[in-house]
Amino acid sequence: MQKEIIIAGFGGQGVLFGGQVLAYAAMDTGKDVTWIPSYGPEMRGGTANCTVVIADHEIGSPLVKNPPLAIALNLPSFDKYESQLAAGGTLIVNQSMVDRSAQRNDIHVIMVPCNEIAEEIGDKKLMNMVAMGALLSALPEVSLKDVEKALEGHLPARHKHLLPKNYEALKRGFEHAQKEWDKAPA
Amino acid sequence: MPKELWKGNEAIAEAAVRAGLEAYFGYPITPQTEVLEYLSRRMPELGRAFVQAESELGAVNMVYGAACTGVRVMSSSSSPGVSLMMEGLSYIAGTEVPAVLVNVMRGGPGLGNIAPAQSDYNQAVHGGGHGDYPRIVLAPASVQEAIDLTVLSFDLAEKYRMITMLILDGAIGQMMEPAEMPEMKPVHRQDFDWATNGTMGKRERRLLTSIYLNPLDEEQTNLRLLNRWKEVQANEVRYKEYFIDDAEIVIVGFGTAGRVALSAVRTAREQGIKVGLLRPITVSPFPTERLSQLTGQARAFLVTEMNMGQMLDDVQLAVRGRVPVEFYGRPGGVVPFPDEILNEIKRIASSPTADHTDARDAWLTRMTERV
Repeated sequence: MQKEIIIAGFGGQGVLFGGQVLAYAAMDTGKDVTWIPSYGPEMRGGTANCTVVIADHEIGSPLVKNPPLAIALNLPSFDKYESQLAAGGTLIVNQSMVDRSAQRNDIHVIMVPCNEIAEEIGDKKLMNMVAMGALLSALPEVSLKDVEKALEGHLPARHKHLLPKNYEALKRGFEHAQKEWDKAPA
Repeated sequence: MPKELWKGNEAIAEAAVRAGLEAYFGYPITPQTEVLEYLSRRMPELGRAFVQAESELGAVNMVYGAACTGVRVMSSSSSPGVSLMMEGLSYIAGTEVPAVLVNVMRGGPGLGNIAPAQSDYNQAVHGGGHGDYPRIVLAPASVQEAIDLTVLSFDLAEKYRMITMLILDGAIGQMMEPAEMPEMKPVHRQDFDWATNGTMGKRERRLLTSIYLNPLDEEQTNLRLLNRWKEVQANEVRYKEYFIDDAEIVIVGFGTAGRVALSAVRTAREQGIKVGLLRPITVSPFPTERLSQLTGQARAFLVTEMNMGQMLDDVQLAVRGRVPVEFYGRPGGVVPFPDEILNEIKRIASSPTADHTDARDAWLTRMTERV
């Protein structure tokens, strides 16, 4: 088993942290995992992405050209990864930040209004966790419970009071994506 | 120790601390800065020496001084910064004191860029400072290996009184992987019989120098270094093999280029191609003997690097023309994707006759056609 995931958005949207949470969840359940950021002279407001590879064997390349799974938290990321996604793959799109629908019909595009859902929960910074929850609907190798445990185990103590809302964000994202899957033609 | 998610650069820093690093001197440069940043907090916390020097020249000469006292000392930098350290490195080699230097390589030459590259292979393995001196060079391909080799580098440097370099590309420095740290070892300062650590009025003065004005003395020094190097070659070669048993095509790649090749090898195997990978862990000493042996079973070698073909020369020296050696590289800070290497494997697997064109020329032609 090997799955590659790219998480992309603006700097400040929690792209890198979202990927780390996924990497922790994979590690804690005994899988091999790599997390690699796009690094460069980047800053808040610029683009950021990270690649997470999860496998049950020694991982080769930590980078992937055509990922089967991706999260696009903004329009530039949607434009970029819609074209790069592997055929048959799943792209989670933050609907709150895009103004167009998908162009490809050989991939699954799951639209999730991450910002609105996060604001309903009461903290717009949780939008990355909403997207992560949605991603899990297409990643059976990592469960919602695994990610919750990873957050609990690795979040710094000073942030522990934020756990319940993070769990809620994950769950809401997951449930929203499930509904989208149910709507999609088989 | 349980596994934790470690970033390559920080993992190297913590591993060095646990191996008993007593003094660190460095200067910030991307994509290595996290080593220095981490140690700037960690070393003072433990009452150990940390200095952000005024430049790489300052840093390497501080390393030289500390090394003469016999403590575990390290510096780290990235390509342009390491170039600045080369004079000091030669002095350290000439003085026969142990020191560890980490190079998190980036695209070059010149200022280049900050993307992952392997273009300092020749500088680390064959060249660098002036004069005739061997050095140990380790090339980790994962965060765990970076930790293990950091610890090993101090042992090797002391055992052979030699510079030990870790060369890794920016990708390994920046990536996170689950890894296990060794136990924290108390600092154990060895009582080396060469260290200039103060006579306390109890023993004869010692002299450490790299000046041998009489050429016959310098010649003796050079031969002493070479004899010591022979021991390193006999005892310290390390590499890892994947799918080699029945391999007819053998890929040779180190660091990130090696692990990208592993992905390509797995896919090629699924397609029934008998291909394996040899990933050198020590690039100096080089696994020459093992590669030479493999000429008995392989019908072709493919060298993959993130440069224009530097380790390629060492593979060719090991193979000595007995089997064709081909090359695929991405220089300038470009990391190859597995499908690029897979295409090379398929091309070699499907070519009925051996190609005896110069490997680098043939690669350059293919690259030019592509671009």
